[in-house]
This record gives sequence, C-alpha cells and structure tokens, in this order.
Amino acid sequence: MDYAPNTDEQLQEMLRAIGASSFEELISTVPAELRLPAEAPARRPSQGGAGGSAQAGQRTLDVPHGLAEAQVVELCERLAGRNRSLNHVTSFLGAGAYQHLIPTAVDALASRGEWLTPYTPYQAEASQGTLQAIYEFQTMVCELLQMEVANASLYDGASSVAEAVLLAMRATQRPRVLVSEALHPHASQTLATYLIGADAIVQEIPTVHGVTDLEALSKALGDDVACVVLQQPNVFGCLEPMSQAGERLHRVGGLLIASVYPISLGLLKPPGAYGADIAVAEGRCLGSPVAYGGPGLGLFTTTSELLRRIPGRLAGCTVDQRGRRGFTLTLQTREQHIRRERATSNICTNEGWLALRATIFLSLLGPVGMQELARLNVEKAHYARERLVELPWVRAAFSPSPRDQSNDHDAPARGRPERGGAESRDDQPFFNEFTLEYDSGISVDTVNRALAKAGIVGGFPLADWFPSMPQTSLWCVTELVSREAVDRLVDVLRKVI
Amino acid sequence: MQVPLDLLYTKTHEWARRLPAVPESPAGERGLPAGRQAQAGDGGDVAVGITSHAQEELRDVVFVELPKVGRTVKQGEAVAVIESVKAAFDIYAPISGSISRINEVVAKNPQLVNQDCYGEGWLYAMTPSAPNELDALLPADVYAKQIQAGAH
Amino acid sequence: MSDQLIFERSVTGRRGYHLPPSEVPARAPADVIPREQLRTAPPLLPEVAEFDVVRHYTRLSQLNFSVDTHFYPLGSCTMKYNPKLNERVAALPGFAWLHPLQPAGQVQGMLELLYELEQLLCAITGMSAFTLQPAAGAAGELTGLKIIAAYHRRKRRTRSTILIPDSAHGTNPASAALSGFTVVQLVSGRDGLIDVQELRSKLTNDVAALMLTNPNTLGLFERDIKAIAALLHERDALVYMDGANMNALLGIARPGDMGVDLLQLNLHKTFSTPHGGGGPGAGPVGVTKTLEPFLPVPRVRKRGARYVWDERARATIGRVHGFYGNCGVLVRAYAYIRTLGREGLARTSRIAIINANYLKRKLEGAFPVPFGDHCMHEFVATAKALNAHNINAWDVAKRLLDYGFYAPTVFFPLIVDEALMIEPTETESKETLDQFAHALLAIAQEAQTNPELIRRSPQRLTVDRLDEVRAAREPNLRWKPTEDISRQPSTPARQPHTPGPGRAVHR
Repeated sequence: MDYAPNTDEQLQEMLRAIGASSFEELISTVPAELRLPAEAPARRPSQGGAGGSAQAGQRTLDVPHGLAEAQVVELCERLAGRNRSLNHVTSFLGAGAYQHLIPTAVDALASRGEWLTPYTPYQAEASQGTLQAIYEFQTMVCELLQMEVANASLYDGASSVAEAVLLAMRATQRPRVLVSEALHPHASQTLATYLIGADAIVQEIPTVHGVTDLEALSKALGDDVACVVLQQPNVFGCLEPMSQAGERLHRVGGLLIASVYPISLGLLKPPGAYGADIAVAEGRCLGSPVAYGGPGLGLFTTTSELLRRIPGRLAGCTVDQRGRRGFTLTLQTREQHIRRERATSNICTNEGWLALRATIFLSLLGPVGMQELARLNVEKAHYARERLVELPWVRAAFSPSPRDQSNDHDAPARGRPERGGAESRDDQPFFNEFTLEYDSGISVDTVNRALAKAGIVGGFPLADWFPSMPQTSLWCVTELVSREAVDRLVDVLRKVI
Repeated sequence: MQVPLDLLYTKTHEWARRLPAVPESPAGERGLPAGRQAQAGDGGDVAVGITSHAQEELRDVVFVELPKVGRTVKQGEAVAVIESVKAAFDIYAPISGSISRINEVVAKNPQLVNQDCYGEGWLYAMTPSAPNELDALLPADVYAKQIQAGAH
Repeated sequence: MSDQLIFERSVTGRRGYHLPPSEVPARAPADVIPREQLRTAPPLLPEVAEFDVVRHYTRLSQLNFSVDTHFYPLGSCTMKYNPKLNERVAALPGFAWLHPLQPAGQVQGMLELLYELEQLLCAITGMSAFTLQPAAGAAGELTGLKIIAAYHRRKRRTRSTILIPDSAHGTNPASAALSGFTVVQLVSGRDGLIDVQELRSKLTNDVAALMLTNPNTLGLFERDIKAIAALLHERDALVYMDGANMNALLGIARPGDMGVDLLQLNLHKTFSTPHGGGGPGAGPVGVTKTLEPFLPVPRVRKRGARYVWDERARATIGRVHGFYGNCGVLVRAYAYIRTLGREGLARTSRIAIINANYLKRKLEGAFPVPFGDHCMHEFVATAKALNAHNINAWDVAKRLLDYGFYAPTVFFPLIVDEALMIEPTETESKETLDQFAHALLAIAQEAQTNPELIRRSPQRLTVDRLDEVRAAREPNLRWKPTEDISRQPSTPARQPHTPGPGRAVHR
C-alpha cells in the first residue's frame, strides 16, 4: 500500500499533458543497463545475507511485498513484544541514557501535525510557531545552564562534545585537547572520529577516586592546550571539581568544556556559574523517551564571545515591516548552506522536534518543578545506595581516602551509613548515579542475570567500558523508581548471594 | 557609480589608498570625523576597503570580521570577511605586507561599509613589504571599465 | 503579531506539573552534596499552569505551515506525507521505553528490526552494508568522508582533494572541509550534468573521491555515472553519492549498480519520517563490500536465530553518535518500508516523477526550466523573466505564502539564476499541483500588473517580511526579563574572536 493519491486515470491524463507517450519516456536518461526490471520475485525478510547486492542477474528491488496497516501494526507489535521495555521491568541503568517522567501534555502537544511535519524554518513568515519555540528553547537552555548563548540544538550529547572541541580548537588556534578519563566513552569516541584528519593531539587525564585528577590536569596544561573536557556528573556518577579545573585552565588561556546532565541542573551548580566557556548536554531527558538511545537532543551553549563561531541554527528576535515582533533564523552565514566549505559546521537537520518537547517540558515543570524533580532523584538514589551497601558484599566504589584493597570484613566498611542514617562523608558525592563495587568472587554479570529473572535490570557493568574495573557496576535511580522497587531489589539481592 | 580617482583597485573590488608620510586618517580627505585624531604610524601605509560596486552587490552588511593587527599577509590572500544576511565574502589583501591597523568603528557599525565605503567604511591598513606591488593594481578608469563590462 | 512568549505568561507561583511524593526519607541536598556544587539561584523558567502551556503551544503551532496543512514543494527535501501509522509504531513502549544498554537478550525485537532495516536498505540501493548510526544526511556525509579518509590512509597514501560539482548541496563541501579535505569544484556542463572532460582535467592522483548527487540538484539523472565511476576507480579514488534525491530512484535504478562506493540516505526525506521543524532525521550510510570494514561500530549481527551487537572493529572509523543512532526514526522508516513494500516503493518514484514533470509542463511558460527535457522527481525553474519588473525569486517565494503554499527552495542550485527548485513528491494530488501552478502563474501576471504587491508580500500571515538585517546586526537570541534588576539584561558583546597568530590547525 502506498500514500500516493493520484489514480491511474489521473496519471494517464497527466502523461498526456506532459506530452509523453509513457512513463518510460520520462526516465529515458537512465541507461537501460541500470534499469531494474518491473517484476521481481518476492523475498522473505529474515533470509540471511546482505540483501540484493551485486550477484549477477539478481538486480531487483528485492524487498517483501507491501502490507496493510493492520498487518504492519501486528508485525511491529510482535517485534516490540520481544523487547523487555521499562514499563515491564524496573531498570537501574543510566550511563548516559536517562528515562525520566514525561508529562502527558508534552506528547499531546508535540504530536500535532503543525509541530511534527514542518520543515526547517527558512521561510520565517510561515514558520513563526517553530521559530518562536526555538527562541523560547534557546532562552530556557541558557537559563538552565546559565550560559549566554544557546543554539537550536545539535544531534546529541556526544556529537555536541565533538563540536565543542572543534570550536575551541578553531577559536584558540591550538592543537592539544585534554579529555577526562571520566567522560562518557561514546562522547570521547565520537570526538575521536570527528578529529580524524585534524591536526589534533588528544590527551586523556586520569581519575583518582572516581574524579578527574587535578594534579595530573595541572601537569598537562600548557599554552598549546585548546580546551579541557569534563563531564558533570562524570561517567561514574561522581561530581567533578569544575571550578578548580576551570581556574587552572583559564590561566593558560584554554577553554573549559563542560558536558552536563540537564535534570541535575535543578539542583547542581550550572556550568555558567563555574566558568565554562562551552557547555553541552544530552537533552533527551527533558521530555523525550529514551527510545533505545536515539534520537537525542544536543544542547550547545557558549559565552557571548564565541557567538560567531557557534555551530548550528540560531533563532533571533526581530521586527517586521510594521514593527511587529517576529522571529527568524539569523547569523546564517556561519552555516553550510551559505558558507559551504567554510561553515562552522556541516549540520543542517538537527533535533528540532525534541527541542520543542524540551521547551514544553521545561515550561510545565518550571523552576520549582525542576528543583523538586532533581531533589526526588537525589533522595531516591541516596536511599537506594544506602540500602545496597547494607549488603555485606557491596560497597561504594569511590572514596577520597585511600581504599582498603583487601577483602577484610573487619576493616571499617566504607560506604556504610553511620548510625542515624547519614551518608558517610568519606564517599564521593553524587546526584542520581553511583558506582558500586562487589567483593571479589561475586560477578556483576551473575548478579544481573539473577536480577533479570526477577524483572529487574541491574547496574551497568563498568568493565564493559573500563576493563580495569571488573567488580564495579553503575547504578542510576530516577524519580520513576519507587521505594518499593528499591526494597524489592535489595530483597532479591539478599537471596541471590 | 562612484570610482574615486585617487584610489587604486583590485579585480576583486577592493580599493587601496596610499597614506602619505604625514599622518592622516585612513578615512582620507573626506575629513576626520569629530573627535578623531590622525594617528602616528600611518605614513607609508596603505588603507584598504571595498568599492561602491561591491557594497551594492552585498547589500546590507551585517558583520565585518577583521584580521589581527600584526598579521603578515601575501598579496591576494583572504584577510577579512564581510557578511550580509545571505552571504559571506572574502576580502583580499591587495598587496603583501603586515596589518598595521584595523577599523574598530566599522567592526561595531558594519552599516558604514554601505554608507561610506571609501571613507568611514575603511577596513584595515597595512604596511607594505613590497611597495612596487601597488603598480600592479588597477587605476580608477581601468577598474570603472571593468565594472561596466560586467567582469566579476 | 506573534503571540506572547511563554515567559510573558508567567505568574509567580503557578505550577504546570506536580510530582508524586518522595516515599523515601527526605534528604536535604546540602547534606549529601557539598554546597559549592549546588545551584544558588533557580533557573529563570516560566511559571505557568498546564492549561497555559497547552493553549500557548497549540496557538503557536497554528502559526506554522506544515506538510499536514500546506503543500511544501521544497526541492531536494522530499516533503511527502508523514504517515500516522509510523508515529503509532514508534510510540509503542516496546520501542520507546528501551534502554540502550539493556542486555541483547532483552531487546531482540529491536535488534531484529535494525538488522532487517539494514537488509532492506541494501536491497533498495544495491549496497552491501549499512550503518544506521548517523543522525542526519550531513552526519552521513561526514561519516562517508571519514571512511574515504580511512580507506586511503590504510593504503598509506595521502589524498587530500574531494571533487564536488558546483550544483551540490552546501553540506557536501562543508562536510568535506570538516573532514580535512580540500574541495575542488567541478563546473557543470552546458547540459547541467557533470562534464566528463572537466572531471578528467581535475582528476589528479590527489583526488580521494568525487561527491555527487544523483539525480543531481537540477533533477537530472547523471547518465554517464558508470563511466564517471570508472574514471575514479582507475585511480583508486572513490565515488560518494549524496542520496538526498533517492525518491527518484526507488525501483528504477540502484546506486550500487552505478559504481557508487558509498552513499547516505535521508530517512526524513525519501522514507517519510517527519521533519519535525528541523529534525530528528537519520542519515544511514551504505557501502560496498570493500568498505564494510570501515563502518562505525557497533553493528547488529545475526548469529543463528539471535541478534547481537558486534563491537569488533577491523578498520572501523569509530563511532559517530551516542549509542546506536536515531532508533526512534529508524523504527518509523522500517514501518514505512514494510507498508509500501516493493510495489509501493516503485510506485512512489514513478508517481513522484510524473508529478514533477506535470508541474514542470504547467509552469515552463512563465518559469522556464533551463536544463533538461524531462526531469526526474524535481526540477529547477528560473524566475529571471520577472527581473524585468524588479521581482526576484525571493519575492515570488514570499508571495506564494500569501497563496497558501510554502515556497520552493530559492536561489539554489547556484548554477541557475533566480532558481526555484521544485519537488512535489508522489503524495500530492493532481488538484494540488493544479492549484499551485495556478498560483505561480498568477504571480507571474501580478509581476506585470502589480509588482509592488509582490515585493510587499507576504501580507496574509501574522507577520510580513522580517528585518533580517537587524536580526544579524543586533543578535537577540534569548528573552531577558526587563524588570528584574538583579538580572540586568546586557547585549551580548559582539567582538569577533580573532584567532591568534600561527598556523591554522583546523578549518
């Protein structure tokens, strides 16, 4: 089935109006040897091998026959049904993708055809809705991150980090880039790909006790350093010393790039307040579902000094011929459609629809809601960790003081709450994500398998990204996780080991 | 179409004004605007801007990106960028040398390029390293013919 | 008149959303997080009720033209109908509420969909393998160029040039430059196509690849493509095809058969996923078998009856996006392809081409089409005739808005003066095409009888022509409160950050 309205009769009429005797005449410039035959045998989708490629004589549109709507629904529901989605399991996964509440009004509004189906707002007068929404989005992002300029979005958090580094290198004309070990690996990997072909030197700064080592950072600084990239909270969930890092970096003229977590900014100090020159984030958590990791929403903000170098679209406020307020894309000469090879970036399509959802989300929550939401996350996550480290074989992975490496149960337990329920001050502070370490002999995978049987998705095995940390897992607790779910988690774990 | 006789021109629509040894404003005979002093060090330098023809093609200038003072440039090298709403244009160095001054006023008021491209809309001044390169530039009548012929 | 901004509707104390109670012991953030890490002032977000939000964003939406409401003949954008079925499928919790790091065993349905989508795209294009990671067409181009760079690097040689026709979409040279290449432009031939002689003359051993669009941005099929590809391959250079115009080729011809080594598809164009006012999109990149080892990782593999993520990389360029790409968009495209099937896909291009040629025929009198006899799925007309009345293509575009049509792409491609690039797509009815043609012809008339009207348009929308000069000279990119003294607004300083002396390290 297809969506083309014109009937065969109408198409014939149109061919006559064109003055062509047949459709074939219209495509006569396509060489016969390239033409696909009109008929082709059917193919079932799950036969193996790469589809339809260059085997002799097999040049056909080797795709299954079309389906009616009900069949498509059935097919897709069947596929979806083979996934254990978060409405059926309790998940403690974070690690760069965070499922948060989505107010009903977000979907109801964003699904309107007038929001979902327009193009990029190049014809400003016909796109005042989208342009005003982008302007509001830019404003809210500036406020949340406390930065001076925000663009209309980039693809996702990872590519935003990459674009930030490219900007810093261009602005400072320096080749060296310092990246914390505790930056999400997808961001550093994407950065590495973006830097292929550039004369860049990327140097990793190690962590100590779960946070970036300031001494190592200081040692690495020099007047050839374009920027330092730090994540807040970092990949382990720990809070980085952003102000101190920024101070040291600015003394040598480098730019501080902060990769932040938007939901945390209801409570945590925003990057503008600790001197970030460029602040980026994965903004999908503001009103869009986690959707197996994409689409994302790259937030990208800078100081006003860097305005002219910012990649991506910008919506600006202006007036029309009669002095009425209106909005338009502006500073477009930075962009690919004008500057071509000298554009600040090649980005064209970005994440406009998710930006709209974020704007609606932030409007609904408002300053008080964002604060409360962040607080809920803090409370639930701290409760969860408190309960988890009650288990004798579990402890918080990081503390500022030297760790006792031996598996000595007589040693004072790190991470165990002191009497009265207060958190041990020895542990690294965190927002809603924390790293746990198990006693040797207890495998993260075994624990997670047992949990899966109970409908629980346990913390992410950090060894997947950091092979030197085999006994650790990364746990995230958002406002969506009930107390009961946490208690049940602990009960299950108690029985497992 | 204004093509002042006392200037030299490039095929790419820049003008060059030799600044006399006696210090004078790069804005030339059109007079120093109120409050502006001629600055020492202008003597022997060459001021550069874009022609009336160019600013008409560009239409409203919204932004001017000027080079850094001290930068060494070669004849024909792109040293500045002028942006209108819909386009960005490279501005080239008419001769080789080093950038001695930039026009901060036009950076803050880009519309001066449209309003007074030979005067207040001057872009930068440079100290020539090979003054004989000036001889290769076009005199006013040759440049005027070039515009008329529609050469771009 | 634009509506109020959401901030201007703010009333202190209003809440738009209430959170459930905590259930766990209360904890003051300052008890567990050092004060220096805490925010001191809340963000200045609007304080509005849910109903305020609903009314605001509903009314705001009504200020938009959209495919759902208006004909959008934007060339090379393929603004076709976005089927509602795809939205329903994408919203299934089984797809929308999946965490990307859940073990493969918990997401077999998603992995099967991604695997199948890759197979389908291979079948449609004749390429051997696809990566689904790039988030848009430009991201796909960047990915492709990184692969090209890696291919030559692996052969231990430096190839620093990319050849790009002057008719190319701006993202092509931008992507090439971002990837560290030098762009050499190919001047199009008198027929609007790649001039093989011109290509030969610029084809040196420093050329890494040719980037072309087929059909090109004039809507013309590059009939010498096989010969062109052969020329590149003789020097072991690669052929990259910008697949933005794939809507002309479904069931008609496959890039893999043309000698194309890499291409990107735009799922938000050919494959009907909605444009969303500027994304999300998806730009999967297809390659030949030779280039498969360079694809980004991870990739979905099928092992017996199970699907797994394979992180192994022989020569991968790495990763171009967090996690696996825009899965929400990929699900929509999958549903679309399964809905259309082989017959629907072939019919799509067929009708897209007939629609375009029909519209072209109706307009050519007043808006000549300088290149081509027939076109494929789009054509480029010129509004030059109207220059006599001091009307240009931009004015025509604005006047079309008054007639209730979104404007075609204007002033592009650069090789046609006063260009109007028109792509109707297959989902527009004959009646709509007739109405559109009627409007354009009326404008051509108005140009003679009442040009001032056109120059002042649009007049029927909530704003007329916006002062873009002011928007660029005095950038106002965010709202600022005027009354609150503690947040005194300041115009962003516009000193350009000029680079220091020394070599440019990155373009």
